[in-house]
Amino acid sequence: MPIDYYLNIAASGLLTGLVYGLAALGLSVIFGVVRVVNFAHGEMMVAGMYGAVLLGGWLGLDPLLSAPIMAALLFVCGWLLQRGLVNKFVERPEHMQFILLLGVATILVNAMLMLFGPDARNVQVPYSFDTVEIGPMLLDAVRLRAGAAAIVVAAALFAFFRFSRTGKAIRACADNPLGARVVGLNIDGLYALTFGIGAAVVGVAGALMTLLVDARPQLAPEYTLLSFIIVIVGGLGSLPGALLGGVLIGMSEALAGFLLTPSLKSLFSYGVLIVVLLLRPQGLLGKRS
Amino acid sequence: MSGLSGVTGRGMVLLVLAALGLAVAPFVADRYLVSVLTTVLWFAYVGQAWNVMMGFSGLLSLGHALYVGLGAYVSAALFVHFGVGPWAGMVLAMLVAVVAGCIIGFLGFRFGVKGVHFALLTIAFAEVARIGFDHITWVGGSGGFFLPVEAGASDPLNLRGSPVLFYYVALALVVGALLLSRVLLHSRLGYQWLAVREEPDAAEASGVDLFRARMTAVAVSSALTALGGVFQAFYFNNLFPEQVFSMGRSIEIILPAIVGGIGTLVGPILGAFILTPLGEALTFLIEAGGLDLPGLKQLFYGAALVVIVVFRPEGVWPWLARRLRLVRQPGEGA
Repeated sequence: MPIDYYLNIAASGLLTGLVYGLAALGLSVIFGVVRVVNFAHGEMMVAGMYGAVLLGGWLGLDPLLSAPIMAALLFVCGWLLQRGLVNKFVERPEHMQFILLLGVATILVNAMLMLFGPDARNVQVPYSFDTVEIGPMLLDAVRLRAGAAAIVVAAALFAFFRFSRTGKAIRACADNPLGARVVGLNIDGLYALTFGIGAAVVGVAGALMTLLVDARPQLAPEYTLLSFIIVIVGGLGSLPGALLGGVLIGMSEALAGFLLTPSLKSLFSYGVLIVVLLLRPQGLLGKRS
Repeated sequence: MSGLSGVTGRGMVLLVLAALGLAVAPFVADRYLVSVLTTVLWFAYVGQAWNVMMGFSGLLSLGHALYVGLGAYVSAALFVHFGVGPWAGMVLAMLVAVVAGCIIGFLGFRFGVKGVHFALLTIAFAEVARIGFDHITWVGGSGGFFLPVEAGASDPLNLRGSPVLFYYVALALVVGALLLSRVLLHSRLGYQWLAVREEPDAAEASGVDLFRARMTAVAVSSALTALGGVFQAFYFNNLFPEQVFSMGRSIEIILPAIVGGIGTLVGPILGAFILTPLGEALTFLIEAGGLDLPGLKQLFYGAALVVIVVFRPEGVWPWLARRLRLVRQPGEGA
């Protein structure tokens, strides 16, 4: 039955897309609050991947267990980056912020190239060849777990922003930085916290990604661009939009890779990006500014 | 008005000395140094071309590798498949790049794609070209496109010849771009660009056609960059989409202007003369130490980017020019 093929491909695209969406969530959180575009996002993600690879190699840790460790590590890195460098640039022209983070990205990706070499590295998990049957679909166990973990982390993030005091304070910051300062919020501290959270989220996405893809430094700029595409398609600053965009891009990539040739699949994402930029620059779920 | 108003006597002396030094360099330098200088001049040139968009008109393009690649591939395809030499081929190469630039510009400016989004649009088009050219077998696809090389050939009409020939062509490109930038910046169009860069709304209110001013900036910049691509194709004789159109190449193109000084005339040239030799020296030292560390040069470029943007956001040239009193007014030209 050919329809089963499509269902299968769409479902595995959806699961991959959830991890993409999680990575894009990190970017969206940072942009939505700090108003800085994190050009080093894919580099942070690949750092998360290498972290999971190393932990898997040394301690035999499953990437699902490495994920919280990478979240903590990348939170600290993101926090320090915002405190030490990016915070000085919040008021500077946009292209300066771009160039700064482009520099950080270049440093990160080449440091990883020097440390780990250009070859692909992966994590061995006992269930890497298992499949799970759901109705007519046959899904990879790794993909299911990665997708499920992405949903859990995304849900935790939504809950944090919706219900916790700190989450509300960060949202206040995003809505009106001046007003937030007037009511006594520590803007610089919240910015650093937000950057840390965004980095932690993408670190988790990276760790989960090792279940699906081998880690290579060259992936970094690709993931940066992919996260941008997803965030723009979903709507800059909209958290559900980022997740939706991730799923859309993941599914369209999977289908394009199946119907056309795999090497053309990213062309499809860029096509989606160009169309969305032109027809609905605020993104699918974004608000018109 | 002499084209060099504002330059002090000391600045004049330095300028003449630098020009003389570059003019006679191939007679005193060895092959290696000439090749390094050619690379420096190439980056100075494309940096100047990028500067027309970002520096003069405030349009951040992070996809300039697109124009380099189009220029390179069009001229190379004309030469290989139809025997059309680069001097004729560059016309079509520039035309194709301008059309591509105008498409991006039209889509961007008509649909109000600004700032971050515009930069991403330029990246997206460059990436589409990279993946697309990987699949165009007529020009070699991902396996690369090669120009025929004859040892000892000397045919300047087809841009075939010694490294010294290429050195002088690159030097001519840099001088030409410098003069053109100077003329443009002091023309009606140049003043419009600066107004659009500084205050688009005010510029529009005083009668500047924003769309036209921006489109001409994109057209000039993409045409100039395509020439750099033609040069690259005939200098290196091989083209790979993964290199020519890569995001990394786009970043390398913006580096000289950022380090030297965005929006200044001398900035991109100075930036290239600072960065490329330092990068080369670094590679040389590492190799002399018996180490093989791919990525170290790029790491250095990344660090340079961060250091410059944190400590000298306006670039090295404005600071140097003030320090050494090379120009009378701060902010030469811009």
